[in-house]
Amino acid sequence: MTKKCDFVIELRDVWKIYKMGDVNVPALRGLSLQICKGDFVSIMGPSGSGKSTAMNMVGALDVPTKGKIFLNGQNIAKLSESDLAQIRGKTIGFIFQQFNLLPTLSALENVTLPMIFQGTPREERIEKAKQLLMMVGLGDRMHHKPSELSGGQQQRVAIARSLCNDPEVILADEPTGNLDSKTGNEIMALLGGLNRDQGKTVIMVTHDANVAKHADRVELLKDGQVKKDGHAMLRKLRRGVKK
Amino acid sequence: MIVDYFRLAIGTFKKRKVRSFLTMLGIFIGIAAVVSLISLGSGMKNAITEQFATLGTDKITVQAAGVPFGPPGSTVANKLTQDVTREVERVRGIDLVLERMIRAVRFEYNDQEKFESISNIPEGEARDMMIEVLNLKVEKGRMLQESDRGKVFLGNNFDLESRYGKQIDVGSRVVLNDKTFEVIGIAERTGNPGLNGLVLLNDEEFRRIIDVGDEVDLIAARVKPGTDMDKVIEAVEKRLRKFRNVEEGKEDFSVESAQQSIEALNSILNVVQWVLAGIAGISLFVGGIGIMNTMFTSVLERKREIGVMKSVGAKNSDVLLLFLVESGLLGVVGGLIGLMLGFILGKSVEVIGQIALGSQLLRADFSLTLIIGSLLFSFIVGSISGIAPAYQASKLQPVEALRK
Repeated sequence: MTKKCDFVIELRDVWKIYKMGDVNVPALRGLSLQICKGDFVSIMGPSGSGKSTAMNMVGALDVPTKGKIFLNGQNIAKLSESDLAQIRGKTIGFIFQQFNLLPTLSALENVTLPMIFQGTPREERIEKAKQLLMMVGLGDRMHHKPSELSGGQQQRVAIARSLCNDPEVILADEPTGNLDSKTGNEIMALLGGLNRDQGKTVIMVTHDANVAKHADRVELLKDGQVKKDGHAMLRKLRRGVKK
Repeated sequence: MIVDYFRLAIGTFKKRKVRSFLTMLGIFIGIAAVVSLISLGSGMKNAITEQFATLGTDKITVQAAGVPFGPPGSTVANKLTQDVTREVERVRGIDLVLERMIRAVRFEYNDQEKFESISNIPEGEARDMMIEVLNLKVEKGRMLQESDRGKVFLGNNFDLESRYGKQIDVGSRVVLNDKTFEVIGIAERTGNPGLNGLVLLNDEEFRRIIDVGDEVDLIAARVKPGTDMDKVIEAVEKRLRKFRNVEEGKEDFSVESAQQSIEALNSILNVVQWVLAGIAGISLFVGGIGIMNTMFTSVLERKREIGVMKSVGAKNSDVLLLFLVESGLLGVVGGLIGLMLGFILGKSVEVIGQIALGSQLLRADFSLTLIIGSLLFSFIVGSISGIAPAYQASKLQPVEALRK
């Protein structure tokens, strides 16, 4: 599905082939995908469909075996690890299923971490992190360690962290996977707000249809390729939502 | 930025307190050993240098060859004689000459009998020079005077009740080789253990109770002010070679200035000190391996953490630096604790040495170079040990690192 817009991310015929011993196992088989600025896209698919691999490609965490990946018009498929790190730090904010907070750091320090790698001055870092933590409703939990926070609170810290370098794109990998449905809904509301109010492009990988329906668009992956019926799927999902 | 890495590293240590402590143990044992040994070594060197400094730089000594450290004159075939003294006296540039004898004497007091070292105090101007050279100071009574007869002056060790079961004091009567003498004075304690145990008699009385003939154990000479020391030594050597009829290079005597003696002794002490420090250094090496081991384990354990850092924008170089700072910090904190332990250890040896042995030679000197050097060295050991693990961490692919 394409539409006329400014692509923030575009995957063109992307292949990722893993070598398992002597056998080549393709995880992505010529995946093409376009994501516009300000989109809220869910990537769905069964296990082994390649959605995590696709997410890694989009997030510049991995490079494809073949094909091109454009991030704001720049092909990042052949960049070095250090260049990719720079891009990740500036353009993409990650939210993981496991929260992936550093256990030795407080919530505030976790949020400031990505800014350290961008060379942001300390005062500025702390100020920004405080604002973000207040925005996600953790103004009174700033100095708590992850082990002292609930799952939902940890994911809020992760969301605050993903926003600290003011990235264009938020990549969320099963953001509600480890949360109960109530907390999950709160997190989804937060992500929806970021998309709506701050114009962030949100790309979310999930296998949960109830979570996927929060997106504007669903891309269904199967066998390492986009299946064409993502729109129909979303319509079906939304019909099921009781207003 | 580097400050932030230090903060992150400290956070990691706090989380893994026991392991960090155990890792540092290797380093601080090593540094403590090195620091205490070097401080004691340099303390001893300084103490010896100070001892020699009292000799003065304008003095030379002549001894029969082959006895650098034993009691002078006791073990040589071709001993020095009073003729040699007269030869030395005649050399140009020599101002004053004194003869010293050190022998054993049978010392009786309180019905106890022991052998003690005895030495002479020469007459005339040489007497003042001898007192100056030995740095003799009176604690009780007074110094021997030239006119004294039947009087003896004792080193500080004789002031202890334990030596003869009864306090020897000024006025006490002691028997030396069957002749009775009255104690006229007792010296202050000095850093020279030999001197603390010495019995001193006027020259004439010394020769009366000890049969030395015309032998001399050591000749000390003062050089005239403004004279070239090396030239005087050369002239003395030349004259004595001729007098004792020996060829150059086969001398049966040695002529040295205080400076030369210090250098000779110091070079030996240096070797001993560095050999000991080298042995202690082995434990530092083992400590380094301990750090490497811990860091490798840490990289494995924190794979996910590394992945997270990379996903939020950490470059390979950032991860490398972070791990190097961690291992360097383990080294330097270990070094700091080691330094403190080494200080305590060195000072304890000094105090115990002074109490138990009465020796001022055991002294721990901590120079700024030693302190900074040991900290720097422990940081380097830590960092070098961390290079391989840090490199491994930096090369982790983010996707792989994030996958548990």
